[in-house]
Amino acid sequence: MSDNTTSSNKSLLNDAGTRAIIFQVVLLAVVVFVSYYLFSNLQANLANQGISTGFEFLNQPAGFPILIHLIEYTEADSYGRAFIVALINTVVISLMGIILATIIGVVMGLARLSNNWLVARLATVYVETLRNIPLLLQMFFWYFAVLATLPIPKNSIIFGDFFLNKRGIYSPNPIFQDGFGIVIAGFVISIIASIALIIWAKRRQTITGLWFPAYWSSLGLIIVITLLALVVSGFPIEFDLPQKSRFNVKGGMVLPPEFVAVLVALSTYTGAFIAEIVRAGILSVNWGQTEAARSLGLKDSLTQRLIVLPQALRVIIPPLTSQFLNLAKNSSLGAAIAYPELVAVVMGTTLNQTGQAIENIGLCMLVYGTLSLTISIFMNWYNKKMSLIER
Amino acid sequence: MKSNVGKLISTAAVALTVSAGATAGTLDDVKAKGFIQCGVSQGVPGFSNADSNGNWTGIDVDACRAAAAAVFGDAQKVKFTPLSAKERFTALQSGEIDVLSRNTTWTYTRDTSLGLDFTTVNFYDGQGFMVRKDLGVNSALELDGATVCTEQGTTTELNMADFFRKNQLEYVPVVVQKADEALAAYASGRCDVFTTDKSGLAAHRSKLADSNAHVILDETISKEPLGPVVRHGDNQWKDIVTWAMFVQVNAEEMGISSKNVAKIKAETKDPGIKRLLGAEGNMGAQLNLSADWAYNVIAQVGNYGEVFERNVGPSTPVGLPRGINKLWTEGGVMYAPPVR
Repeated sequence: MSDNTTSSNKSLLNDAGTRAIIFQVVLLAVVVFVSYYLFSNLQANLANQGISTGFEFLNQPAGFPILIHLIEYTEADSYGRAFIVALINTVVISLMGIILATIIGVVMGLARLSNNWLVARLATVYVETLRNIPLLLQMFFWYFAVLATLPIPKNSIIFGDFFLNKRGIYSPNPIFQDGFGIVIAGFVISIIASIALIIWAKRRQTITGLWFPAYWSSLGLIIVITLLALVVSGFPIEFDLPQKSRFNVKGGMVLPPEFVAVLVALSTYTGAFIAEIVRAGILSVNWGQTEAARSLGLKDSLTQRLIVLPQALRVIIPPLTSQFLNLAKNSSLGAAIAYPELVAVVMGTTLNQTGQAIENIGLCMLVYGTLSLTISIFMNWYNKKMSLIER
Repeated sequence: MKSNVGKLISTAAVALTVSAGATAGTLDDVKAKGFIQCGVSQGVPGFSNADSNGNWTGIDVDACRAAAAAVFGDAQKVKFTPLSAKERFTALQSGEIDVLSRNTTWTYTRDTSLGLDFTTVNFYDGQGFMVRKDLGVNSALELDGATVCTEQGTTTELNMADFFRKNQLEYVPVVVQKADEALAAYASGRCDVFTTDKSGLAAHRSKLADSNAHVILDETISKEPLGPVVRHGDNQWKDIVTWAMFVQVNAEEMGISSKNVAKIKAETKDPGIKRLLGAEGNMGAQLNLSADWAYNVIAQVGNYGEVFERNVGPSTPVGLPRGINKLWTEGGVMYAPPVR
């Protein structure tokens, strides 16, 4: 009580809590004022120069074509839709790149630790070569150098209904007929059944100690039920086959070389970094842990899965997050080799047609910021889940 | 990536400039720094191209040189900024360059919504298609199903889309960031067709190793009036760039060239020519230039005919016929208002 009475006698300015609040308010006011000044100055300058502002352009017809679009898109669609198309292209290449890079990285990281001299050396050569050459150069290499060795469409390499040439990889395009719903239903049911099976097996093992090969049986379950559904519904799939035409191979499904080049470059480049992270993670687990596991009679595969990997993951995940973020941002280099991702479509064509640099660059920054934060949040959640629970 | 950084900096520059200083006074700025900063292409032979010593030549380069001759009496007082198609407008808007002279098509949208002004036309062009001879294509209408390479951020992209839509032809667009890489993709066989302005096609074809194996189709699918661009709102600077070009066209019409201009200035009795060359009156005062600015332009850069012949004419590797770029008196559309 006595403390309170003395402090109320002092000046309010000398109170630490009050002062902290005052400083915060002053700082906030400065930030708001500076932002407002910059923004209004920008508006005035743009108006003076007669440059259009605002986001109305997103509703106007774009008029330009986009090579790769996973949703319906024609030249008559709006800039807004072109933006969505580009956004999807960026997200798709980033996610596929992350998955591929992780697989490559884990395999190469383990290979570097292999007892087989040749395998370990080859993995070292891979890591040291790819992570020391600029990514843009690697993209040009895959796009121009590797592409140049493929034949022109007239002389396509043909495997059955698959065509390979400079214009891409052409494969039959499945067209789902009526009755395909049964197959989808079968697939979904088998997945639900598998999850139930895995939960049951885990519970039984906790209670009785008896082990059941739940993962392998689930895989079998999914395949068998889906195939059964296919047979029952009478294979309701038809294929649109690629065929040669005057200039290109027509029809079917195309994987354009731009997509392949960007994906390969991104995943092999980032994979080299991930390989080193994986190697470091595994080496960080004390050998004593493995010895202890063996002395308990655990098999080697179980030792790796239950003892080494969970501990290695704690070291691996934080730097892995950075690599994933790098990969997502590096996908913007695809613009250089005609992969129509966000930078190419929005900061390239759209910006040029509309002349609205600030809006378009703002949009791109917003997207990359959101994409990176999403990856970050997910990886932080995963990191927390994997971290050592101390008791 | 560099272009994006440049754009960010330009954007920041636009945000930070105090509004009063953003427009007007390009002439004063240029005089103060002692040279004109000129935005050109990254290499289109005949239009703007640097040789192995870093000397720029071309019809677009000469537009900047003419402005420098008018302002400083010295056509060499120009510095060049190579720009990709998609960087060019931002560079001009932000004040990074004083003139954009980069085979840029004058269109309604560009003139009205980019905060830029087109000055005049120094080359009348139209978009065309280039294909390999061995494809046996004779007309653009036979291009159904073809793959088309082009540079990003140009009117070409839109014209191409319009052409194929109008004629209901299918096509696969491959849009590459830089012209050189678009050409490389075409040369490597990624595309059947390379499309840009016809003058550009001729220029790019001259760069190909097997240039005789390629043919430019007859069809012209668009109007492409190319010319120098300045920032909107600085009328004095726009007048200088415009009239530096008009003077060259007038000179050709009057039979004045870089070779005979000194002689004509000394001997002529024609008051019109005297006015033009600064031997009588002071035509420079209105533009805040010296009286003999037009003389300097003609003496150092030449008349329009000379500029054309030297850079893109039949005797050069680009080898373009004069075509509609002839003077109006000879059946072309090159026409300049009188100097009076």
